[in-house]
Formats: sequence, structure tokens, C-alpha cells
Amino acid sequence: MAQVSKAPRSPVLHSTRVDKVGFGPRLALRLRASLVIILTIIMLIPVVWMGMTAFKSRPDAVAAPAKVIFEPTLEGFVSLLTTRRQLLPDEAEEYRQRDDLNFADEIALKRGQAIIGPSQFPKQLLNSLIIAGVSTIFSVGFGVLAAYAFSRFKIPGEDDMLFFILSTRMLPPVVVTVPVFLMYRELGLYDTHFGLILLYTAFNLSFSVWLMKGFMDEIPSEYEEAALVDGYTRLQAFRKIVLPQAVTGIAATTVFSFIFAWNEYAFALMLTGDTARTAPPSIPSRIGTGGVEWAAIAAGSLVFLIPVIIVTFALRRHLLRGVTFGAIRKG
Amino acid sequence: MSQTTMQGPTRRHLSDRRVIQLFIVPTMLLLILMNIFPLIYSLYLSFTEYSIISTTAPEWVGLQNYRDILSDERFWENFAITGRYALYSVSLQMIVGFGMAMLLKEKFRGSGLLTTLILVPMMVSPVVVGVFWRNIFNPSIGILNPLLGYQNLETSPEWLVEYPLYSIVIVDVWMWSPFVMLLALAGLSAIPDYLYEAAAIDRASSWFQFWRITLPQVMPLLIIAVLFRTIEAFKQFDLVMGLTGGRPGTETVSVRLYREALQGQFETGSSSALAYIVLVIIIAISNLYIRALNRVREA
Repeated sequence: MAQVSKAPRSPVLHSTRVDKVGFGPRLALRLRASLVIILTIIMLIPVVWMGMTAFKSRPDAVAAPAKVIFEPTLEGFVSLLTTRRQLLPDEAEEYRQRDDLNFADEIALKRGQAIIGPSQFPKQLLNSLIIAGVSTIFSVGFGVLAAYAFSRFKIPGEDDMLFFILSTRMLPPVVVTVPVFLMYRELGLYDTHFGLILLYTAFNLSFSVWLMKGFMDEIPSEYEEAALVDGYTRLQAFRKIVLPQAVTGIAATTVFSFIFAWNEYAFALMLTGDTARTAPPSIPSRIGTGGVEWAAIAAGSLVFLIPVIIVTFALRRHLLRGVTFGAIRKG
Repeated sequence: MSQTTMQGPTRRHLSDRRVIQLFIVPTMLLLILMNIFPLIYSLYLSFTEYSIISTTAPEWVGLQNYRDILSDERFWENFAITGRYALYSVSLQMIVGFGMAMLLKEKFRGSGLLTTLILVPMMVSPVVVGVFWRNIFNPSIGILNPLLGYQNLETSPEWLVEYPLYSIVIVDVWMWSPFVMLLALAGLSAIPDYLYEAAAIDRASSWFQFWRITLPQVMPLLIIAVLFRTIEAFKQFDLVMGLTGGRPGTETVSVRLYREALQGQFETGSSSALAYIVLVIIIAISNLYIRALNRVREA
């Protein structure tokens, strides 16, 4: 009677496959892991190289052969964010005597230059932020509404409408640009924040509808139905029952839409001039003039990349969904 | 049924309809304004002789623009370049991406973190990627040649000049193989374990398991990856502009379209016709994509 049962003390949460025990498979797994680590390193070299170049001085950045060990400096960031003037030798001497210089001035002075003002980059970054931000709010807002309607109601022609919505995303930006350009010129929307916001909102809508519909489909409709029976109106049920449950989906959609708009290049290049230009088109244009300031370009790319990397980590569970328009869920 | 019990649901049904309209109309309106209208407008323009920088009104020329494009050798070259680029980069992405997924399909400590790190390249702005890979490819200051073991600056290849198309393919593969990997991983994780267990009990070789279980089971997702990447390859613009600026040998249809439409002579009419030709190709591929997608979702 002493031994009643031999149940394991902790619950068994997974089983080991019969063909995966023993020395051979374990060694194989080790090997696999090492291979993956090597691959990851190879994949990350370009990004790391960019990070390194951002902190190089001008001679180090163009050193041949490429320098891996160097003295880090903020020179790249200073030349990214400011416009400078080359000083004459005696002017530079005079500058060196002054003691009201801040650290940015000091860095510029090392190259014999004086800072005469901010560059276009901060403004372009701000433009990117405004345009990507506002268009994201609109596209996610409209997208959530439409996704809810498509998910909960039988709508005549629903499949066709969804197909139409998806197909707008398949259009190459270059195809739509000419007529949009003409339209914008007529309406005075060329090179305005509003113009790009409108375009990005439309561009991201298809994505946000599809992605949100996937999330909405997963929310059981029983809760709302119960709420409707209790006398909630449809809108109240949507606001108080559905939206709180859709928060994860909304967050993921928001960030993906933001990244798309943030990274967008073709429309921005063709539909903006100086006023509303975002950061992506400005990065290649830095190459054209004179000697290439790789440190500044790398610094700009890095500044532009950091939010994206943060987001990649925050969203890793939803990445698959995001890049396939919500069509594929597992992962 | 009495009158009163009918009334409740009917009223709610009506208000639901209002809700549907309220929720869907803004989306549809915006999409029609920003997509359908431009498409119709450019269809009209594609039958005209017109330039956005001239003051003369569009002049109807019928199918002339299409005839010119289809008989111009440079356009065929653009298409050939795009096709070759799509073929090389999509097939390499499939091999690399699927290979990585096979390595990552069994979890080990840290595999989640490594997977996420591998995904970083595809989240970066393509134009930034293009610009910065110029530095990496550069024979004197770049890091690619030293890593490949070229010691001598004289003999090391100048990638962007000697192999411009392959350079774009390399960058595209670097950037988008993670996407294929992600899709393949999703497919692999959905294969039920019992299939392999049964095969192991039958002492089937791993080779046999791969061909008879793994590959058929992930196939639908791989097909989606192929179609998705092919569509993107035809749309490719940012990366090419960032990397080579569309120099000869890398002038894809999108780059050509951009040049035709918004540079030089601003040939609005003829570029609209070209846009339509590209559009038809992409719609054809998209159709395949959506069909494949539906099959996967049903399964």
C-alpha cells in the first residue's frame, strides 16, 4: 500500500522523439548550432561594418585596405548634422585660440572647418517622422475599421473587395507615380507633407486591412454578441470589447506600417523637392558631390537604422505575419 | 412570429449595415482615389503623345507607344536584365533561405535570438542597403574583397563595374534570404512530428525523409516565397538606384520607367505605356500568388 503511484513529480510538457536521442543526433545539433552562428555572423557583417564606419575619421573611412581597428570619433555624425566652411590656415589658427567652442566645433576644427549651421538631415529626419507617423495613424485607423467589418459581417462581394485591396499593394510605385504626380501638380500637393501622407496612407491601407483582418478573425465573436444581447450598440461593443482585445494586432500593424513608410524611397524621391523630402532619398544624393563622406553616410544610415532594429526585436513574434500581409500565421 | 419579436433584429441589422458602410467606405474611397484613378488616367495617357513638362495638350496616337516599346531593342534588354535578375536572385534566395531554415528547424539554446538577428537585413531601407553596399563592394576601401581573401588591390575584382548585375543579386540575396527562411521555418514547424517518427520506425533514411516528407510539406510555402520574391524583383527600384544608380547592365524596367517618366525628356505618354506593360506582368504573377495563397490557407 505504500507505493500508490509513480507519477512524475513535474508535469511532462514535451516528449522526446524516438529518433532524436543518443550521441549522434546531439552532435548533429551542435554542428547545426555552430553553422547557424557562423551564418548569422556573415549576415551581420555589413550591418556591423556600417556601424563601425559611422565612427571613423575621414582618412580611416577611406583607408585602403579597409581598416578594422581604428580610433573612434564622432566626426561622421558632426558632418552629417552640420554644414561647414573650410577655414583658411590663419583663420583656423585664430579659431584654435578661442575657448567658446563646443565639442562639435572642436571636431570640425580638427579638419580645419568651422560649423556654419545645421544640415538638411535633421529636417529630413523630422519630415520622415511626421510623414511616416501621421500616415501610420490614418492607415491603421481606417484599416482596423475595415478589417472589423470584413471579419464580422457577410458583405456582398467581400472576396473581390479584399482582392482589390491586396492588389493595390502589388502595384510598382513607379507605375502609379506619373498620374499621381500630375494629379498632385494640379492640386498643389507636390512636395507637401500632406501629399506624401495621403499616398503612404493609401499605400499602407491594403497591408493594414489584411494584417488586422487576420488578428480580428482570431478574436472570438461570442463576447461582442453577448454584449449586443446586453444592450450594447454595435459601436459600443466594437469600442469596449473588440478594440481592447485587438491591441496586440494593432500594435504590430502600427509598427509594420511605420517601418514601410519610414523606409519608402521611390515615392519620396519622385514626389518631393526640398520642403517635404524624407531621409531615404537624401542618403544616395550625398554620394554625388565631391569626395564621398562615408562616415557621414554611415552615420546617417545608422541613425536611420536604429529604430528598425529595435522594432525587429520587439516584433519578432509577428514578423512572419507582417511580411506576408497577415496571410500566414504560424512561426 | 409576432410583430414585436421581428422588430429587434431588423433594426439592429439596419444599423449594422450603417456600421459596415461607415467602416469600409473610407478605405475604399482612399484606395480608389489613389490607385484606380491614377491607373485609368495613365491608361489614357499611354495612348497619347504627351510630356508633363510641355505646355501642349496630350495628343491621341493610339497604339503607337506600345508599338514603339515592343520594337525597341533597349526595352527588350531592360526586360531581359530584369528577368535574369529575378531568376538568379530568387533561385539563390530559395536555396540559401531554405538551407538556413533546415539548420534552424530544430531548436537549440539561443536559436530564437539568432533567427531574429538573421532577420535584420530585410527590415533595413533598401536604398540605404544599396548605398552602403557600394562601400562594401569598393575594391580599395570595401571589406568584401579582403574577406574573400584578395590581398592585392591590383588583382581584386571591382564588383560594381565588372559584375554589376551579380552585385545586385548578391545584395538582394543577402537582404531577402531571411524572408524565405522565415516562410520555410513556418512550413517546417507545421509538419507533424509523427510523420518523422513513423519514418524513423520504418528505418527510412534521412534522405528519403527529406524528399518524401519535408519537401512536399513545405512546398506550398516555398511557392509563395518564389512568387512573392518574383513580384518584388519586378518592382525592384530602390536597391538598384542605391547600388549602381541604374548604370548600363543594371537598367531594370523600373529604373527605365523612372528615367523615361521623370528624367530627360519626361516622356509621359510612352512611359505610361511601359508602366502598363509592367503592370500586366505583375498582375499575372500576383494572380498566381493569390491562388497559391488560397490553396495554402485552405489546407
